Amino acid sequence: MSVHVTNKSHRSNRKRPGSKVWLFAVPGMTLFAAFWLLPMLRLVGVGASGPTGAMAYLAVVTNRHYLWSLVSTLVLSGVVTVATLAISSFVGLFLQRNRFPGKPLLLAMLTFPLAFPGVVVGFMVIMLAGRQGLIGALTDKLFGESLVFAYSLAGLFLGYLYFSIPRVILTVIAAAEKLDPSLEEAARSLGANPARVFLDVMVPALTPALISSGAICFATSVGAFGTAFTLATNIDVLPMAIYNEFTSYANFAMSAALSIVLGVITWVALALARSLSGSTVPATA
Amino acid sequence: MKQSFRFYLQLAFALLVCAFLIVPVVLSMLAGVTENFFVGLSSGFTLRWVLQVWDTYQMTIWRSIVIALACLAVTLVAGVPLAYMLARYKGGNSRLARVFEELLMMPVAVPGLATALALIMAYGQYRAFRGSLLFILVGHVLFTLPFMVRPVLAVMQSSQLAVLEEAAASLGASMSQRFFGVVIPNVMSGILAGALMVVTLSVGEFNITWMLHTPLTMTLPVGLADSYASMRLEVGSAYTLIFLFMIIPLLIAMQWVTQTTRARVRL
Repeated sequence: MSVHVTNKSHRSNRKRPGSKVWLFAVPGMTLFAAFWLLPMLRLVGVGASGPTGAMAYLAVVTNRHYLWSLVSTLVLSGVVTVATLAISSFVGLFLQRNRFPGKPLLLAMLTFPLAFPGVVVGFMVIMLAGRQGLIGALTDKLFGESLVFAYSLAGLFLGYLYFSIPRVILTVIAAAEKLDPSLEEAARSLGANPARVFLDVMVPALTPALISSGAICFATSVGAFGTAFTLATNIDVLPMAIYNEFTSYANFAMSAALSIVLGVITWVALALARSLSGSTVPATA
Repeated sequence: MKQSFRFYLQLAFALLVCAFLIVPVVLSMLAGVTENFFVGLSSGFTLRWVLQVWDTYQMTIWRSIVIALACLAVTLVAGVPLAYMLARYKGGNSRLARVFEELLMMPVAVPGLATALALIMAYGQYRAFRGSLLFILVGHVLFTLPFMVRPVLAVMQSSQLAVLEEAAASLGASMSQRFFGVVIPNVMSGILAGALMVVTLSVGEFNITWMLHTPLTMTLPVGLADSYASMRLEVGSAYTLIFLFMIIPLLIAMQWVTQTTRARVRL
């Protein structure tokens, strides 16, 4: 009997602090439902409201123009992701394992562009490879012909690289700090050469971090808009296709359908990566 | 000796990557104060371009500051209680809380273009709302809310908050007394980290804002895109210079907050 009483009082005691706690979520979730969830549902409906109905969602594979935009977007993002991961893990590991004068300054400079929005990144690419850019001036001096590639897919590649490298360097450094140095020593003492140690010990240990930051890099490149917009509005990637569909042709249904497809792609990339590696916070373009 | 050769090779590569990131920034800063960038630095330094930007785009700077502060206020009022619910509802590991967390991340996971189109198609017909700064504020709040919720939630989950609250409750504190008297003061570090992130992101937000803006609600990044497209390189550079001077203090503050909180909490 006494056990029963304490049990009951204990339960009510525990229940009391949490009973109305759901009220705290009301303002935030109301905002979210009214301004994101409902509009998104509406966007899905608008996507199916065009002359072809719900078939508009298939247009991204049936229409050659959109399919081409989609393929170039995915290929570009894939190449950017691989290049970023390679460059950033190399630099990140180097910074994490070596001490030298000026290292904090180098790290600060490498992560300085973190807060640049896509438009500013685009402008940086113009500074490097644009008509009055550095690369153009240098090649002009050296070969008598200036190399200008900012206003094309190559410029966009450079821009996404610029955008992604600082983020991934930070992730790699954070992940490498948690590595157990004794594993590496063990491998080395068993006769593994540096390349083997890297491939068999370091890479597997860094894989979760690389998968999650790679997915963020990929999703950001797929959905980014500001950089492409700054470089040239005729670069053929899916976000630009959506933008042109909406503003130039006022084809609301098609732009809605394409942006839903784009959203599903980035969301799936991030969700897949998270199920493979733990948590991911998407980057901000 | 071989080892040290490898070290210098790697250092050279790191410096090359650093140059790729920093050289354009330096070039653009210089271009912003150079009389004629095409001629070179020999044409002399001037503040003409900065003043021209100030004359043409001054309003975008004020608007961005106002929106960032309003965005901060809304994410504080909506986000901190929301984090509390996520940390406490059914002992902190209910499925509902996980779903909410997942949903909140959606405006960041999905391209800003999609969020903006959805907002326009759902609310675009309300002309007064569509043409006001409020419309842009809504977009920024959706995008930045998770960046307020997550650090606050992390602090709530890692500190001894539950014990402190129980103590307060056993002494007869009401729910609102506990929230304002115990919870808020104890999660200040998370709130500060979130607040800096929210302001920085809001000031730099372009993807959503570009679709939502009207000529009268142009923000700083939208103005930047406008100047890159239609003005000479020096003007775009001077404008970028102003933008950099706005975000550098925020970045330094953010660095400082993460360093001081990392000792206690892992964000």
